[in-house]
Amino acid sequence: MSRAELLADDPIWLILLKVLCIFLFALLTAMITVWAERRLIGRMQNRPGPNRVGPFGLLQPIADAIKMPFKEEIVPRTADKVTYRLAPVLALSPTMIGLAVMPFGPEVSIFGERTVLQLVDLPVGVLVVLAAASIGVYGVVLAGWSSGTPYPLLGGLRSAAQVISYEIAMGLAIVAVILQTHSLSLGDIVDSQQGLWFGIALFPAFFIYLVAMVGETNRAPFDLPEAESELVAGFHTEYSSMKFVIFYIAEYINMIVVSAMGTTLFLGGYMAPWPISLIGDNYFNSGWWPMLWFIGKIGLALFFFIWLRGTLPRYRYDQFMKLGWKFLVPISLVFIVALTVINVFDQLSTTGILISAGFFILLLIALVMMIPDRREPRAGRVPLSGGGYPVPPIDLQIPSKPRRTKQARSRAGRRQTVAAGAKEGDDGVS
Amino acid sequence: MTAAEIVFVLLGVVALAAAVLVVTTRQLVRAALYLVLSFGAIAACFLVLTAELVAWVQVLIYVGAVVVLLLFGIMLTRAPIGPTSDLDSRNRPAAIVVAVATAGVLVTVLVRGFGDAYVDLGEPSTGSASGIGANIFRYWVLPFEILSVLLLAALVGAIVLSRTDIGPPKDGDG
Repeated sequence: MSRAELLADDPIWLILLKVLCIFLFALLTAMITVWAERRLIGRMQNRPGPNRVGPFGLLQPIADAIKMPFKEEIVPRTADKVTYRLAPVLALSPTMIGLAVMPFGPEVSIFGERTVLQLVDLPVGVLVVLAAASIGVYGVVLAGWSSGTPYPLLGGLRSAAQVISYEIAMGLAIVAVILQTHSLSLGDIVDSQQGLWFGIALFPAFFIYLVAMVGETNRAPFDLPEAESELVAGFHTEYSSMKFVIFYIAEYINMIVVSAMGTTLFLGGYMAPWPISLIGDNYFNSGWWPMLWFIGKIGLALFFFIWLRGTLPRYRYDQFMKLGWKFLVPISLVFIVALTVINVFDQLSTTGILISAGFFILLLIALVMMIPDRREPRAGRVPLSGGGYPVPPIDLQIPSKPRRTKQARSRAGRRQTVAAGAKEGDDGVS
Repeated sequence: MTAAEIVFVLLGVVALAAAVLVVTTRQLVRAALYLVLSFGAIAACFLVLTAELVAWVQVLIYVGAVVVLLLFGIMLTRAPIGPTSDLDSRNRPAAIVVAVATAGVLVTVLVRGFGDAYVDLGEPSTGSASGIGANIFRYWVLPFEILSVLLLAALVGAIVLSRTDIGPPKDGDG
């Protein structure tokens, strides 16, 4: 029986059980990730991290979960009340949709009922995950706007531009996978990675997905919507108590969803990793084992997120946009075209080969032309008059120093001793 | 009426009501949110018609990108909280006439053109990705290409308009 047929005759209690399991999986993994992140970042920064509550601070998330709802809830007077309350819900709920179409494992038997470890296997599962991720941005944007204060608004603005830009790069990376599988169903994509994983076969796409997934989830080094050194706490500055918790959890569940998506698309989904998959006639690819591999791979991806945060400094906003639009998008477009040519290469006639070779040469020329020259782009075009603003002229001559009298020189000498030669550099200019 | 028909009609009512609210609400950001509701209801209509690909692409493009860009534009300029007083213009009667006329033309064309066209919803391949892809690139490839050229032109135009450092030097430029 195929995957869809197995899922179609699930009894209602089994569907409800799967929904409950996915919900608990998301919340528990988010809690463990919060703890692991604080411990790992602590380790990377040579400090202990939370270690008071329970062994190794393991109960810290539970302590936080008890503490947070009891905090005072403050709603700014300038806020748009309805949208302000709606925003956390809009941030959290779409993240769960993404997990609903993820394949956690192959065919198993639950209480005598044959089924697949997946809630639904839609024929357009990939699109569902992307669409859910794109709805999630409303939570951030509306939270920023409805707070009615400047910092959250800036955070929301940044987030809107960021998520849209990186969704394009992410979508193009996924197109490469779909070109190989000829299917938008996540179950089929996993099944077609029996041999080589797409993470190795389509390495450029995998790399682009990795960058785009960090950008999409607003995580360091791309956490510009909540850059704490620039925007206080970004879009959730005005949120407190339980509403803040919901944003916090939504961020982590979002991380889990993009990790699960990356695992499914590029790391073989629930397939066992290479040496293990050879043992005992595919024993480790049947039954409940695959769920272990799947969760393990998600854990690795989450570790990658935390590792990045501990390693890289935050990008500046324009650098970040430049990376997305001028590097990731063109690279993935070129990769898709190259992949298509490789796929149909053995069916090509001589003319076809010549055409693709010509295209390749054109592409090389275009790439060479895209190499930026070191020249300042606006050199020589700065308005001399300054357009109404008091701008000094470009050919500013530094007036020569007035001759100093002996008295003034001795005064200056005394000042210089006090300033410990701090003005040496200034004098050198003239 | 079957269950699918009832759901379809209800979704249509939601889409229409949300669309009316888009133009009658006095709060700019609320208008964008009603637009999201309207697009979402239309996507759900596609789902009822088993056109899964179109439905999710509708959510991905219109809900996930177009309205987010609209919100981005609103927030970049004024980001008003609360009702805006100058949203209504004096052209309301003319706008109503034009809107009703356009709707009339569209409805007439659709009813006359496809009034007796029926699609068997039991057949799963009509709304699938492969079915729609084959249709677009086999029978509708010319409109598709024209649309892509149009979008490319819009893209280039937007870049030219927004860049001040290209084009003829203006007054005061060195």
